[in-house]
Amino acid sequence: MSYLRLEKLDVAYGRAAAVHGLDLVVGAGELVSLLGPSGCGKTTTMRAIAGLLQPSGGRIVLDGQDITTLPAHRREMGLVFQSYALFPHLSAFENVAFGLRLRRLPAAELQPRVAAAIAAVGLAGFEQRLPAKLSGGQQQRVALARAIVLRPRLLLLDEPLSNLDAKLRVQMRAELRRIQRELGITMLYVTHDQDEALSLSDRIVIMREGRVEQDAAPEAVYHSPATAFVAGFMGYDNLFEWRDGALHAPDGAAGRWPLQLPGPAAHAAWRPEQVPVLAPGNGLAGRVLARSYLGERIEYLVETELGPVKGVGPDVAAGWREGDAVSIALDPARAALIG
Amino acid sequence: MNPISRPALAMLILALTFLLGPFIVIFVAGFSADETLAFPPTSYGLRWFGYLFGVEAFQRSFVTSLVVGAGSTLAALAFGVPVAYALSRYDFRGKDALRGLLTLPLVVPGIIVGLALLDLMVLVYALPVTLGLLIGHTTLLIPYTVRVVGSSLSNLRSDIDDAAITLGATRLQAFFKVVLPNIRGGVAAAAVLAFITSFNQVPVSLFLTGPGVSTLPIEMMAYMETSYDPSIAALSTLLVLFTIAVVAATEKLLGISKYV
Repeated sequence: MSYLRLEKLDVAYGRAAAVHGLDLVVGAGELVSLLGPSGCGKTTTMRAIAGLLQPSGGRIVLDGQDITTLPAHRREMGLVFQSYALFPHLSAFENVAFGLRLRRLPAAELQPRVAAAIAAVGLAGFEQRLPAKLSGGQQQRVALARAIVLRPRLLLLDEPLSNLDAKLRVQMRAELRRIQRELGITMLYVTHDQDEALSLSDRIVIMREGRVEQDAAPEAVYHSPATAFVAGFMGYDNLFEWRDGALHAPDGAAGRWPLQLPGPAAHAAWRPEQVPVLAPGNGLAGRVLARSYLGERIEYLVETELGPVKGVGPDVAAGWREGDAVSIALDPARAALIG
Repeated sequence: MNPISRPALAMLILALTFLLGPFIVIFVAGFSADETLAFPPTSYGLRWFGYLFGVEAFQRSFVTSLVVGAGSTLAALAFGVPVAYALSRYDFRGKDALRGLLTLPLVVPGIIVGLALLDLMVLVYALPVTLGLLIGHTTLLIPYTVRVVGSSLSNLRSDIDDAAITLGATRLQAFFKVVLPNIRGGVAAAAVLAFITSFNQVPVSLFLTGPGVSTLPIEMMAYMETSYDPSIAALSTLLVLFTIAVVAATEKLLGISKYV
C-alpha cells in the first residue's frame, strides 16, 4: 500500500525551514498535498525526497527501496518548480528532451516520446520556442512535460501554479488532475493555497513548523480540523476555548458564554458563514465593528464579550451598519469540535 | 529627447577632451617623421611604424605579452569560474571572507603585489621568469574573472541546476550542459577584460621580468629611458588599435558590454 514512506525524517539545513521527525506515507497513484504556511517545512521535505537536501536523520523509502542516501540524479523523480526552472538557452522541445538525451535515447525513440509529452500538456506547435518567448502558463506546461516524459517514479510539484493568474490557476488544476489520472503518476504536491489543496488532493497533509498537524482526506480537513492551528488555517476564523460548559475567549481574556456542545472538546470553531448576525436578543450580544461586501453575502466583524467574531448577515439588501447593536448565534450543532 | 543644455554640453566636451585628448596626442605623434618626440610634429610619415618592426626587443616582448596574457587569462578562468560558481550556489563558513580575499589584489597597489610576488617566486622559489610572470598575472586576474563571471551567474536562477539534476544530470553535467551555456557571454567578457589587464600590466610585471624576458609595456619603458623618438607613440597607437579591435570583435560576437 505504501509507495513512498518517510520515517522520522529530520532535516536541519542552513536557510531551509527545518523538519522534525516527519512520518508520511503516500500510496501508489495517490495525489497527496503538503499544505502549510511558508516556513512550515513543506518545501524542505520535498527537496529532501528529491535528494537535493540531505536529511540529518530518518529514512526515505520508495517502492520498497531505501533511497535516503541515493544521489538526486539517480532517484528518477520529476520535480516541477514554482519558478519553472526551464533552461533559457534551449527550445521547448530541447527542454523536454533534456533528460532523454542524458540517457542517450536513440533519436527514433526520443522524437515521438517528446512529441507525446508536449501534446499531453497541450503545447503542440510551440516546440521550437525559447522559454523567454512563452507565457507563464506555457512555461509551466513545458516544465511539466519535461518531468513526465521520463515517466518518473514520483512527481514532485513545488507550488507549481502560484506564479499564474487566478483563472489560469484553476484551469491548470483540472489539467494536472487529468494528467495525473491518465498517466497514473504518484504525485506529491506542495502548496500554501487551501483551495488548491482541497480541489486537487486525494489526501492533505497539513504541516506546521516541520511537523504534521493533520493527515486526512480533504473533507475531513475541511469539516473536522484536528487542531486549533488547522482550524485557523482552514478558515475557521472563530475559535474559542471550551471548558466548564462555556466558551472562553481564545487569548485568555475574561469573557465567557455558556454553551453545551454535542461532544467533548477543548476548542470549538465556526467559519464566518456558519455564524448568522441577527437582531439583538437572539444570542451573544455584540456591536458591529466593520462590514465587508462579498457579493453573495456581507461579512461582519462584531465585537463581543468573547472578543471579535466574524459572521454573515442574513439579508444583503438590509444589512447592519457599523456601530449597530446585534447578536451572534453560535450553533453548537455546526461547530467543529477540536480535541 | 530634450535638446542638450549649454552647461551640460560644456561638461561633455570637457570629459571627452580628458578621455580622448591623450590618445589624440599619441596618435598624431605616432605619425611624426621627426627625429625626436614632439607635439605637434613638424613633418609626417610612416617611418616610425616601419622602424618598430626592426626592433627585435619589441617583437620578442610582444610575443611574451601575448603568451603571458593568454596563459594567465586561461588560468584565471580555470580558477575563477569554479570559485564564482561556488560563491553563487553554496553557503559555507567563511564565504564573505573568501569574497573579500579575492578582491584584495584589486585594492592593494600593484607595486606591493609585485614586490610580494617577487619575494616569493624569484627569491624564495627561483622560478623561471615566464612562469613567474604567468603566476603573477594569474593572481592579478582571478579577482576580475570571479567578479565578472559571478555577476553573470547572479542573473541566472540557481534552480536550473537543481532541475537538471532531478532530470538525471550529475552536478558536473548540470554545470556544463545548463550553467555554462547560459553564462557564455560573462565568461567571454571576463576573458577579454583579463587579457587586456594582463597585456597592459606594468607594476607587477616590473618586478617579475628578468634578464632576456620582458613584456611589451616594460620593454617600452626601458626603451624610453634611453631613446626619445616617436617610435613609442607609433607603438602606443598600434596597441590602442589592437585593444579596440579585440573588444569590438568580442562585443560583436557575444555582446559582452552588458557584463562589464
